[in-house]
Amino acid sequence: MKARISIPAQANKGDVLEIKTLVSHPMHSGFRRDAIGALVPRDIIKVFRCEYRERVVFEAEFGPGTAANPFLSFYIRADRSGEVKFIWVDQHGEQTEQVKLLEVVDKIK
Amino acid sequence: MKAVPLLLSLLVMVEATVAIASDTTALPRSGYEFQSSDTQSLQDDDFKNPGMLWVDMGKIRYSEPAGSTGQSCADCHRDLPESVAVSFPKNNRHLGVVVDLTSQIQHCRTVHQKAESFEYESEASLALTVYLGSLSRGQAFQPVDSYPQDQLKASIDNGRLYFNRRKGQLNLSCGNCHEESVGKMLRGDLISQGHSNGYPIYRLEWQSLGSLHRRFRSCDIGVRAQPHDLGSATYIDLEAYLRERGAKLTVETPAVRR
Repeated sequence: MKARISIPAQANKGDVLEIKTLVSHPMHSGFRRDAIGALVPRDIIKVFRCEYRERVVFEAEFGPGTAANPFLSFYIRADRSGEVKFIWVDQHGEQTEQVKLLEVVDKIK
Repeated sequence: MKAVPLLLSLLVMVEATVAIASDTTALPRSGYEFQSSDTQSLQDDDFKNPGMLWVDMGKIRYSEPAGSTGQSCADCHRDLPESVAVSFPKNNRHLGVVVDLTSQIQHCRTVHQKAESFEYESEASLALTVYLGSLSRGQAFQPVDSYPQDQLKASIDNGRLYFNRRKGQLNLSCGNCHEESVGKMLRGDLISQGHSNGYPIYRLEWQSLGSLHRRFRSCDIGVRAQPHDLGSATYIDLEAYLRERGAKLTVETPAVRR
C-alpha cells in the first residue's frame, strides 16, 4: 500500500486542520470477475486509524463496497506538537504506517 | 466600376467571418467538459486525484536502475524536455516504425537497459508513462506540421481511416459517436468528442489507471468489433491521428473520467 497524506507541518494552537489521505489498494470486492471470467477473491483494507500523540482521533472501517484507492478527509484540532500516525490494516493483517510531525505554535509568523 | 472591387472585398470579408465562426464551433473540447462536477473536482485537486499515485510510482521508477546495465531512465535522460509526452507518437529511427510513448519506454528498457520487458498495461509501464505524461501537463498538443516525418504522416492517415471506418456488429465508426453524436446520451453517459489529451486516465469504472489503448479496446468491444492488441500498430496509428485531431488541447494527464 502506497499512501499520500496531506497535513500541514505547522499550525496555530487550537486550529482545526483538514487532513486528507489517499492509499493505493485495489479493494477487490470478491464479486468482480477478471478478463477470463474467474472470480477475483476479496482483498480489502479493513481499518484505517489516525493517532495523534498516541491517541486515536479518527478511525474508519471499510467494507467490500468501498471503491479502489480509498480517499478520506477528516479534521483534527491542533493541540500540542507531536507525531500524527496513519495506519491502514488490510484483511490479511498487513499494516501500512506513516508518521508525520505536526508542530503546534502560538502564532505562525 | 468602382463598386466591383468593393463588393469583392466585402465578399472576402464575409467568407473570412464564416471561416472564423465555423472554426470556433469546431474547437476541440476536452473530455473534462463532459464530466460531472464531482469527477472534475477529483481531477482538479492533485491530492484527491488517484492517478497521482501512479505518477508518484513512476517518478521513483524513473531514477531506479534496471536491467543488466544497471542504468536508470534518468541516467540517460537527465534533462528531459517537459514536452516529451506531446511529441509521441513519433518515428523511432532505430526501429523504423512509429511508436507511442509506452512502446518507446519498452524499447529503451529492453535495448538500452537490457532489462526484462514489462506488459503494456502493467503497473510499472503505466506508472512511467503517466509520470512522463504529467510532466507535459498544460502543454498543447502540437499540430503535426511541426514533425515533418513521412512515416508519421502515413500513420496519421491510417489512423484517420480507422477512425472513420464502420466496424463491428453494430456497424459504427469512431466518428459516428465522437463527431456526429457529441453531447447526446449513451444510456447514462454523455458522449464526448473522444480526445486523447488526458491519457493514461484514472477511470472510475475501471477503478484503476488505464492506457489509451485499453480505452480503444473498450470502444471496439462496445461496438462488437474485434479489438486489437495493446500497443498494436493500428492503435498507434489511431493515437497519432487523435493527437492531430485534438491539436491545441492541453495535456491533462492523469485525467479522471467516469
